[in-house]
Amino acid sequence: MPKYVLDRRRFLRRSGQAVLAVSAAGRVMFFDPDRSWAITLEVFDERIARTLLAMTRTLYPHPSLGDEYYAVVVEALDAEAKKDGATATLLAEGVAKLDQALAVPFTELSEGTRTEVLESMEGDPFFQKVRGAVVFHFYNNKLVWRHFGYEGSSFEYGGYIRRGFQDLGWLPDPPPEVSPPPYLG
Amino acid sequence: MAKFDLNDDGVVVVIGSGAGGGTLANELCQKGIRVVLLEAGKRQSIETFVNDEWESFFQLAWLDKRTTSGSWRVARDFPNLPAWICKTVGGTTTHWAGASLRFQEHEFRTATVYGEVPGANLLDWPLTLEELEPYYAKAEDKMGVTRTHDIPGLPGNNNFKVFYNGAIRAGYRGCHTGRMAINSRPRDGRTSCQQIGFCFQGCKVGAKWSTLYTEIPAAEATGRLDLRTEAFALQIQHDDSGKVTGVLYADGEGNQHFQRARIVCVACNAIESPRLLLNSASAKFPDGLANSSGQVGRNYMRHTTGSVYAVFPEPVHMYRGTTMAGIITDESGHDPTRGFVGGYELETLSLGLPFMAAFLDPGAWGRAFTRKLDLYPYMAGMWIVGEDMPQESNAVTLHPSEKDRFGLPIPNVHFDDHPNDIAMREHAYRAGRKVYEAAGAIEVWEVPPYPSTHNLGTNRMSANPRDGVVDKWGRTHDIANLFVSDGSQFTTGAAENPTLTIVALAIRQADYIADRMAKGEI
Repeated sequence: MPKYVLDRRRFLRRSGQAVLAVSAAGRVMFFDPDRSWAITLEVFDERIARTLLAMTRTLYPHPSLGDEYYAVVVEALDAEAKKDGATATLLAEGVAKLDQALAVPFTELSEGTRTEVLESMEGDPFFQKVRGAVVFHFYNNKLVWRHFGYEGSSFEYGGYIRRGFQDLGWLPDPPPEVSPPPYLG
Repeated sequence: MAKFDLNDDGVVVVIGSGAGGGTLANELCQKGIRVVLLEAGKRQSIETFVNDEWESFFQLAWLDKRTTSGSWRVARDFPNLPAWICKTVGGTTTHWAGASLRFQEHEFRTATVYGEVPGANLLDWPLTLEELEPYYAKAEDKMGVTRTHDIPGLPGNNNFKVFYNGAIRAGYRGCHTGRMAINSRPRDGRTSCQQIGFCFQGCKVGAKWSTLYTEIPAAEATGRLDLRTEAFALQIQHDDSGKVTGVLYADGEGNQHFQRARIVCVACNAIESPRLLLNSASAKFPDGLANSSGQVGRNYMRHTTGSVYAVFPEPVHMYRGTTMAGIITDESGHDPTRGFVGGYELETLSLGLPFMAAFLDPGAWGRAFTRKLDLYPYMAGMWIVGEDMPQESNAVTLHPSEKDRFGLPIPNVHFDDHPNDIAMREHAYRAGRKVYEAAGAIEVWEVPPYPSTHNLGTNRMSANPRDGVVDKWGRTHDIANLFVSDGSQFTTGAAENPTLTIVALAIRQADYIADRMAKGEI
């Protein structure tokens, strides 16, 4: 059963704004005052979730993408921590290490300082675990693909044969002997 | 579909259903020979393939744990994924891009032509281009290779447009949309390419040749193919005389069975094939089957690869259309004045965003990296594929302690670049940069090799049994009824993508096996 729920609305866009509360079912909820989105967490407490979110953003910053896309990674890590106690420990200890790096918690640091802290931890299995999770979960989100202009699955639209596979107009077309016209049936 | 008895010792057992095994099984069935085809993976179809990089990866790829060693960057970036190959009916023909090039004449005799290359274990093939040409022609016809047999070329996509313009401006002349086993017109009951852009994920219209929906159904239609999926070969066994008697395998539930056989053909790709021979060691063959030369698992080759991606001021949308959409052949010859022996091809390539994030600069993070990904729609890409040097120390070996779920040692893949490989890769990176800068690139990135898709050489052909594992027919020197039928037979790797040669060798091997069986010699 979910232990925490993160509310999906500009959650932690500026870290430290999330609110912790106990739900009617006795579970702890964790939400941004604007409440526009939520993820389900079952293992992480507020500090771990908040710190991991800040870490994912610092690792792979895309300023025009909101926190909700990074929160997907935190949610996936939480799910993995639930299945595997060793992962839960690795992440909890890693977060503690991030917070102990300097006199203030990781989430309170500037991006430049966060980056320096992370650079000092690159060889750490915790670092690699979170980094790998961002590469896999963040960039594999279909909602994120739009930002990058990647169109994803094309089969259901008939491929690109009639949808711009050779629409590049800023270079001359190759001659037909090297690139024959498409067969359109 | 046929069902043969486990005790039927008249069948040929083929292990692996990819380019080599799938083709061989069909060719044998067409000749009236009964075949049991063992495939470790499940059976997918064009209906179940998915246009999604990671989901497809988990559907098709061989994910059993392997380890790596050596100085290649793959060992650091992907320590448990040395190769990007498949465990599914059709093997890696579900995943391949379709490039189908014949080897060049001199590439069959590199020891002679290249001369002494320190540290390289070069050897001439016991086979010439002339001998293989009729089989290349059959393979091209079977696979529907464009620009052969009067089959038109494919139309070039945006990625090709950039590549072509750069190539011509950089002075190259051998640039076109390639010889591809992808239908440019409907052919052989399969439709033509719809420019879907997910060639690596299994072609969802079946325009790209794969044994999954060509050779295997054709073999099934003969009533002589017994295809067993999720059948993982554990050990090839033999009798006192040293002849192989059959294959011990585990089914999908983990139950073990022993299938008797008249002949066993190993086609598990160049990591699992030597692993199976090594794991089949016995009192009579303590170093593994067919290993009197000590060359089983040695001379592992993966092609000298790397990619070059570039960013342009205007959008490219490289992912639209055929993944491998064109080729530059000008650098494929042997011209030692370049500072290395052998040659390389440049072929367009694209990755979707999820794989671009994973492979553009594995391990990289921070703003410098995310800025690159933000430029995704403006990228064009190409892949380098060149001949690497066989080295005895580059090897697939059995892990000393780690075991798989059946208790068998997992394979370790060791690879160090040869100095010739490095010189070639550097030359190719420069060439790729030249092409893209000529096309107007703002930035050019040299991208390290991906996990190996071309895995070769680990049961190599040799004229002399001392130097290799199999003879010119793929028959093991040591055991008359044991064959190797995949890319592990390759004596050397050549500059060309290997599938066409694997298929040509399989067609030829089927002729040989059928002939010997008919004469009662096997």
